[in-house]
Amino acid sequence: MAQMTMIQAITDAMRSELNNDENVLVFGEDVGNNGGVFRATEGLQKEFGEDRVFDTPLGESGIGGLAIGLSLTGFRPVMEIQFFGFVYEVMDSISGQLARMQFRSGGRYNAPVTIRAPFGGGVATPEMHADSLEGLMAAQPGLTVVIPSTPYDAKGLLISAIRDENPVVFLEHMKLYRSFREEVPEEAYTIPLGKAEVKREGSDLSIFTYGAMVHESLKAAEEMEKEGYSVEVVDLRTVHPLDIETIIESVEKTNRAIVVQEAQKQAGIAANVVTEITERAILSLEAPVLRVTAPDTIYPYAQGEKAWLPDAKDIMETAKKVLTF
Amino acid sequence: MAAKKDKQFDPVKTLHEIEDKFEMVQILNEEGEIVNKDMDPQLSDEELVELMTRMVYTRILDQRSISLNRQGRLGFYAPTAGQEASQLASHFALEKEDFILPGYRDVPQMIWHGLPLTMAFLWSRGHYEGSIIPEGVNVFPPQIIIGAQYIQAAGVAMGMQKRGQKSVAMTYTGDGGTSQGDFYEGINFAGAYRSPAIFVIQNNQYAISTPRDVQTSGKTLAQKGIAAGIPSVLVDGMDPLAVYAVTRDARERAVNGEGPTVIETYCYRYGPHTMAGDDPTRYRTSETDNEWEKRDPLIRFRKYLEAKGIWSEAQEEAIIERATEEIREAIKAADAAPKQKVSDFIKIM
Repeated sequence: MAQMTMIQAITDAMRSELNNDENVLVFGEDVGNNGGVFRATEGLQKEFGEDRVFDTPLGESGIGGLAIGLSLTGFRPVMEIQFFGFVYEVMDSISGQLARMQFRSGGRYNAPVTIRAPFGGGVATPEMHADSLEGLMAAQPGLTVVIPSTPYDAKGLLISAIRDENPVVFLEHMKLYRSFREEVPEEAYTIPLGKAEVKREGSDLSIFTYGAMVHESLKAAEEMEKEGYSVEVVDLRTVHPLDIETIIESVEKTNRAIVVQEAQKQAGIAANVVTEITERAILSLEAPVLRVTAPDTIYPYAQGEKAWLPDAKDIMETAKKVLTF
Repeated sequence: MAAKKDKQFDPVKTLHEIEDKFEMVQILNEEGEIVNKDMDPQLSDEELVELMTRMVYTRILDQRSISLNRQGRLGFYAPTAGQEASQLASHFALEKEDFILPGYRDVPQMIWHGLPLTMAFLWSRGHYEGSIIPEGVNVFPPQIIIGAQYIQAAGVAMGMQKRGQKSVAMTYTGDGGTSQGDFYEGINFAGAYRSPAIFVIQNNQYAISTPRDVQTSGKTLAQKGIAAGIPSVLVDGMDPLAVYAVTRDARERAVNGEGPTVIETYCYRYGPHTMAGDDPTRYRTSETDNEWEKRDPLIRFRKYLEAKGIWSEAQEEAIIERATEEIREAIKAADAAPKQKVSDFIKIM
């Protein structure tokens, strides 16, 4: 076992799959010689050659088109969108075309395409780099949307994404890329898509969250333990489709829940989680399910980020409202 | 006033020079006479008859499809009459292993590439079985998003290149399609990788109602390929021999590793945009229609073949009869297709 950062684990997952299946191709802007702007593809072109790991012209829509066409000829493309804020340029390929591939061809074609992209706030990027746009993706039937929160999960989930027969959007929170290391097995392993993980057991309140907010939620849970509250933290890991079974099981145990997301409140993943809980387990609830999110505004300038992003303090505040309802 | 200094580089002059170089390739004129002997693709008599057969058959298919649509027996339909040379002569240059990414008007090329007629009708009727392309028929279901097929063709072409196949990806859009960003990204990506793709622009003069001149200030659409650094050609899209010749050349370059080509076929659709309520009299005059009908691909090809003594009225009648009969049978088979069930949908969601 090796100690890896999340970015190293991601590189390792791609290396593993490039080795595992000759149909796997990795491409995007600056992913070749340069190894990607975050070095996610560091060394891969050298190891696997320009035929399998390559730079593209600067055009996100074109990259999406390449992925579709390559999948039609039997390849297993892993395409990178340099920053997920640029996804609007390739929305048709992802939501309009890839997500519908199996359906619109009556099952004749499928699209084993992985769409990797960095996103997330707290690293002082220029505008259109940090937005949490997973809700947009989750609104499209036919897409699986994965957001890992640890190096271990990142590797296992990315390998699963690449091996999946249908399109998977794999979003990597920039703040987590190098924020900590953990033990990651050197060999290939998979973590099933669509499965949440209970990161911390508790009996008074459930926090459902994902991405960087998993760590803020764990911080909040630890603080609250000192005050005598037993808080469960569930990392959704796949935000679409949701692992409803794990969510409901947790709520039925704790009878209180909050949902934490870095994205704005409107039309997001948290809203979906709250709805699923109220539709399925309202009689288990002792209090309303509340959300901790960013405000419903445009993502702010870098200097406003800290105030704008939800953090452990916001989480504790909302958690206590629910606990004392 | 001092005389203007000679400019080192004159962008206006350069533009005009490039645009003026795009002469329309024609081999067969409206009278069915060879006007460009050097470019005559020298098809055998058998091949000439086969191409004419396909054009006549497809004209009948278009007429029948329009009637069936009006009777409520067919769903979505985009008429093809006028575009037979553009569609079928370009397709005639392909091989079975080539892959077609069609737009929604390009059903004839799919059929001549192997898609059973019944499936084309089922697709039109919104029956999901019409989209399940049979194994070995290298076509993708018709694209609805204008231009999306261009970037996908770049991907298919790259895939063929990586597999070391001697085949091409062929895609079609219209004059309006060239205004899309995906048009440029598609040709540019294929150019950058020298992938074996052929990008056909069927310039039928109107994007639904919007005339060609509104789409771009460029004098031709073919010249757009120059910006991507790839060979580009403007061809008389009502001339089957010219369309065939330039497509065959493009294919040869592509399979020899020389990269993609843009082909603008200058043509006309006689019918409405689709059968869903478009009224061409709002944007075209009957004079324009009549002018274009004089250039009809079937008329000039018929004259050419008759002069060669390889085509007769009786032959044409036989094709019409065959087409009518096969269409009738295909509709019968489409009628007999089992009703779709919700469970059919669910398994492919």
